[in-house]
This record gives sequence, structure tokens and C-alpha cells, in this order.
Amino acid sequence: MNAEILDAPGGLTLNDVCERLSGEIICRAELCDQIVTSACGCDLMSDVLAFTRPGSVLLTGLTNSQVIRTAEMLDLKAVVFVRSKKPDERTIKMAESLQIVLILSPYPLYESCGILYNAGLSGCQSRNQAVGA
Amino acid sequence: MEVGDVDAGTSLHYSFEVQGGDFGKAGDASSKVKRILQQIGADPEIVRRVAVACYEAEMNVVIHAHRGTVTLDADLKYITITIEDVGPGIEDVEMAMEPGFSTAPDSVREMGFGAGMGLPNMKNCSNELHIESTKDVGTIVRMIFENA
Repeated sequence: MNAEILDAPGGLTLNDVCERLSGEIICRAELCDQIVTSACGCDLMSDVLAFTRPGSVLLTGLTNSQVIRTAEMLDLKAVVFVRSKKPDERTIKMAESLQIVLILSPYPLYESCGILYNAGLSGCQSRNQAVGA
Repeated sequence: MEVGDVDAGTSLHYSFEVQGGDFGKAGDASSKVKRILQQIGADPEIVRRVAVACYEAEMNVVIHAHRGTVTLDADLKYITITIEDVGPGIEDVEMAMEPGFSTAPDSVREMGFGAGMGLPNMKNCSNELHIESTKDVGTIVRMIFENA
């Protein structure tokens, strides 16, 4: 097993998440000392709604307001937009009012997820759930 | 809007309009439902389940119907969400319940919805899901959550 995988067994702060992604915080930077322990990388909001743990970080390539609504319903702490795609002002304002941190990652979805997984953020399903055991 | 605690013998009732095709406002009703449940101090896990199921149902109205209403009823024992719409109806409810089945257009899929997980999600989140649908008239979805 890669030793890096247990890099941060207690989770990462959102500041750490942003730093590891060489990203940029565009909303609610003052809330980035919160700790997260799991993440989900997905563009299908229904899958996010079905499988994501509360308090997680969502990584996605979509930038519409439904991403923020999805994060709101699930009590997610942050959304990472990959490939530095920036949502419009209205969407950012919505996240601000809901106290959801927004981060831009320059990496594509797969790489962004890989960096955070290696840094110790787990997925939202256990291995057993994923393989149906 | 003032919302009091749900005391024994009392209940609360709210209704919100949903406009078909208005993706800018899609989710507003579910957001209000969630806030009301938080204000009355409902269990966060139940609030999340209600919010997710209500949001999926609201998205269905926005995607498929002309207009609809989201109604929240809550008392000490149960939270009930009723979504009634005027629209095309669901031709085959059993088929619509199958994970992956969807009639949503590509424009909706590009927004991250229409993957055929909405109704299965609603079923998983709720304790009871009832669907009544009449072709070319509309659909009534009722979800009951035990307010433990």
C-alpha cells in the first residue's frame, strides 16, 4: 500500500484541500479551517444525492446552481470545481448564503480526486458497499 | 415566516409553488422545506433524507411538468411531502422506478439530472412512497417519513 494514502488519517482542513490542489478559494474562505474526511467526485447529481456522506467535499465539472442545491440538501461543506471552471455570480452568491465553501482546482476531475485520495480523504462508500459484499 | 415548535396535538402545513422548466429556481421549495424542518428541530439525518427526496421530486416537476405544488405536513410522528403536478404523467410507474430508466432530455442530463435515479432515491430516503399518475393530467407523489 502506498504510504501516502494514510497521509492525513484524521482528515484535511479545507485550506489543506485547496493547497494540495494548488487551487483557489472563491467563496467563504473564512470557513476553510473546517475538517473534512470524505469526498465524492461526480457529475451526476442524482448519484451524489444517493451516495454522498454529509460533511463531505464534492468535486465536479458542472458549475450550474443545481450543484449548490445538491450540496445544500446533503449538508456538504465544500464544492471543488475542476479544471478551474468558475460558476456565475448568482451561483457563487447562493453558495455564500448557504455557507458552502467553493474551491477552483486547475486539475481535471480524475487527477483532483486522486490527489485528495492520496492525501487521505476517503470515498463515501466503503469498499464492501462498492463491491456489493 | 414564523414557525413554532411542533407541540403535541399540533401540526404544521406549508405549500410552495413550482414552475415547470424554471431551472433557475429549481430547488427553492426543497430549500424552504429543509429550513422549516431545521427550525422545528427535526433530527438532522431525517431532515437530510426529506430534503434529498423532496429535491429529487421537485426536479422531476421542473424537468417534466407544467407546474406543481410541494406540500409539507409535519407532526410529532410523521413528516409528509406531497408533490402534485399538472403535466404529462408517468406512463409506466413500475418502469420509472427502475434505476437508470429516464425520459429526460439531453439538456437536463447535461445539468447532472435525468440519470434515472430520482425515483429510486426517493424510495430509499422515505419510509413510504406512493405515486398516482394519470397520463396527460399529472402526477401525485406522496412520501412519508417517520419523525422518530
